[in-house]
Amino acid sequence: MNPVTDTSGTAVAQDSFSKSAGRQLLIYALMSIAGVGLLMVALSWASSLTGASAGSQVAVDPKLNMITLTLAEEPPQLNSTLQTDTVSGMVIGHLMEGLLRYDHNNDLAPGVARRWENTGTTATFWLRKDALWSDGVPVTAHDFVFAWRTVVDPANASEYAFILFPVQNAEEINNGDMPLEALGVTAIDDYTLKVQLARPTAYFDKLMAFSTYYPIREDFYNQTNGRYGADADELLYNGPFVLSRWVHGANLRMEKNLNYWDADRIRLDVIEFPYITSDQNALVNLFTDKKIAYTTLGAESLETALEKRWHLNRFMDGSVFYIEFNFRSHRLTHNYHLRKAMQLAIDPAELVYKVTKIPGYLPAESIFPVWLRGVDNFFREEYPAPKVTVDIEAAKRHLAIAKRELGITEIPPLVLLTGDNPISNIQSEYYQGAFKKHLGIDIKIDKQIFKQRLAKMTSGEFDMVLAGWGPDYDDPLTFGDLFASWNLNNRGRYNNPELDRQVHIAQTEIDPRTRMEAFAEIQRIIIEDVVVLLSYERGVVYVTDPRLKGVVRRQAGADPDFTNAYIVDIAN
Amino acid sequence: MLRYSLKRLVQGVITVWFIATATFIAMHSVPGNPLANEKAVTAEIRANLEAKYGLDKPPFEQYLIYMGNLARGDFGISFTQQNREVNDIIREHFPVSATLGILAIVFAGLGGVLWGALTALYRNRLPDIVIMFLVILGISVPSFVVAAISQLSIVNLNALFDMSLLPVAGWGTIWHMLVPSLVLGLGTMAYLTRLMRSSMLEIVNADFVRTAKSKGLPATRIFTNHQLRNAILPVITVLGPSIAAITTGGFVVEFVFAIPGLGRYFVQAVQQLDYTVIMGTTVFYGAFLVFMVIVVDLLYGLVDPRVRLE
Repeated sequence: MNPVTDTSGTAVAQDSFSKSAGRQLLIYALMSIAGVGLLMVALSWASSLTGASAGSQVAVDPKLNMITLTLAEEPPQLNSTLQTDTVSGMVIGHLMEGLLRYDHNNDLAPGVARRWENTGTTATFWLRKDALWSDGVPVTAHDFVFAWRTVVDPANASEYAFILFPVQNAEEINNGDMPLEALGVTAIDDYTLKVQLARPTAYFDKLMAFSTYYPIREDFYNQTNGRYGADADELLYNGPFVLSRWVHGANLRMEKNLNYWDADRIRLDVIEFPYITSDQNALVNLFTDKKIAYTTLGAESLETALEKRWHLNRFMDGSVFYIEFNFRSHRLTHNYHLRKAMQLAIDPAELVYKVTKIPGYLPAESIFPVWLRGVDNFFREEYPAPKVTVDIEAAKRHLAIAKRELGITEIPPLVLLTGDNPISNIQSEYYQGAFKKHLGIDIKIDKQIFKQRLAKMTSGEFDMVLAGWGPDYDDPLTFGDLFASWNLNNRGRYNNPELDRQVHIAQTEIDPRTRMEAFAEIQRIIIEDVVVLLSYERGVVYVTDPRLKGVVRRQAGADPDFTNAYIVDIAN
Repeated sequence: MLRYSLKRLVQGVITVWFIATATFIAMHSVPGNPLANEKAVTAEIRANLEAKYGLDKPPFEQYLIYMGNLARGDFGISFTQQNREVNDIIREHFPVSATLGILAIVFAGLGGVLWGALTALYRNRLPDIVIMFLVILGISVPSFVVAAISQLSIVNLNALFDMSLLPVAGWGTIWHMLVPSLVLGLGTMAYLTRLMRSSMLEIVNADFVRTAKSKGLPATRIFTNHQLRNAILPVITVLGPSIAAITTGGFVVEFVFAIPGLGRYFVQAVQQLDYTVIMGTTVFYGAFLVFMVIVVDLLYGLVDPRVRLE
């Protein structure tokens, strides 16, 4: 028999205890919620003191004529002489204007200069008189002289100083061999700028749209005590927008610059950047929630985008990706037949369409991407690249010759240096598989994070390295001189006097046809001598709010460009 | 008490010095040049950059200079954001991380104690089973998954009601704080719930509880003064390390919710090999955690009179 009465008695006592204890617990819970609520109010009050702001709440606001966007990262640098990254480049491109600019068709258009002339040895720019700084003072030729001297000043240590080297003595000054005043640029008067060129430079006018060539006013620069571009009020603007707020790491706000000479062209009043993130999920969620008017989509978000029936825009971002070989003499990849065998064994089309499968990507057929312009038309239409077709038998023949020449029976594992990101991983595994399958060559993948990969690239600790190149300016030369023997970015130390000669022609000739023929030669050498294994031209998929129109994408220069954007009010 | 505090403080300073030295050595042993960038620069520009950041001096001299500056509270200038002082970065972004962290700790602590007490009261009954199941989930699902799911839920919630109930990301108002801090505190809350539950069950039949009951004390008083107060001690013990986990683990949540906290800089600096920011954030976090552990230890003495601080 069970002692029934006993247990029920305890149970009743226990039950009444838990009941009153439970009630007590509920009181504590309610007190906690109230306490947390108060704490949150106090914290939000405290954080409002530090200047963080919620920013805007909508993607597109037709009433305020305002759009909301994101930045992938905090702009590291808004000093145009020091800026190197694309995020800062995009922001500066909205805030400043050079002598020339790119218009909505990506054609070169007058900026601060209303007229210009390039005779080959000198370039002259006539500045408009209505171009003003945001404080109302006119932009003059002296502002360009000062900015350019600052760029090449060795003490300033600008990483983009090389882009001014077409200007006479720029390289010598940057090396510390000449004084700043020797720079070949003079302000004839306030509104005439004369540039002596170090060598005839056909594409010099295109460089004028590049941010390193933007003007800086000396008196303002000096009063910032070395903090030029560090904060919204440490920057003077002459472009379509001014930066009215910059809370570091948190948010930025651009407002239309009423002193901008072409202010009538600018149709947006405010651009808000309340979010700084590159997290794909966050971007897609913000766009879905109608908090931002534009976002790029990574491969992982495409399915979501299709489900939601978003209108996808595609765009080639202008960069080309490839495998660079190491040509240092102690490396096996120094051998032409080994490289040729590898070239014949892989198929960029297979990589792009069957392996990476990201819309917008193109198999690379040349070091010169498809968007570059030639004499009258696209360069690649005028000068098609030599075709490479997969031929495993021929590849094996080349491999046999390579082994004979190298005096080895078996190719030891080759080191493929790569970065640590999803696309590099897929790519390097594809190459690893293909070389093993078709040629029996083992590839050792050496995955490194950014700085470590750079260190190994520079010191030559690789046989092959996954690399890519994006354009600095809108001329084939931005890709064409990559493998010149003197180019520091030629990490594999490729050295071919014939290629160097062609680069020299492209750098110094003025006649477009002569230059394009030199680029065609460079294109041929890079493919026939297997300087690189071409992979892909990168594409970008992006979405914009249906009410936002006029967003311009471009390969070289500030991208994306919202200066021509406008809002259409869709009644719904 | 005062002597004890002073002693702990001196020990703390030594710990921080050790952290700084170890980080300095580790950082300089990592291959790669902090000033290298995607585009190669000429030897002259490289030399000028190195001179600007003092990297042209031998490592030991760099160390002495750094320690000297550190003693004066100067962390130097960031390598990647060449116009910003590390002091500014910490001053601007730590309050955000701290706000997030404080809320997360409060959520975790209160939630852990309340849920733990509840499950102990309703042991082996429905509330206990449901909560303990959620606790297992909370402990085992990593925060980046929870963060992503909760963000997606906000989007769906807003879409459902066709209005902006909660912000998806960003920072600035109370509503921006709510979900991220809950997500950040969730793992710790789950852990504390388990701890509180077992600690409550241990003392539910302890002698002093039985005595209190037989004395006829009111149930609410037994529950609060005899059960909760005793059971809470282990929770406070682990709260110190939990603060460490939450403040340094905020990176994922800050990243997903686009919150301008310090965690993001901490992680990016390591990837970018930004020497001054690595040193600044590590030393700062190190000092902060050492300080918090001391505070928790002192707090322990206040809660439990049996603990004598000497």
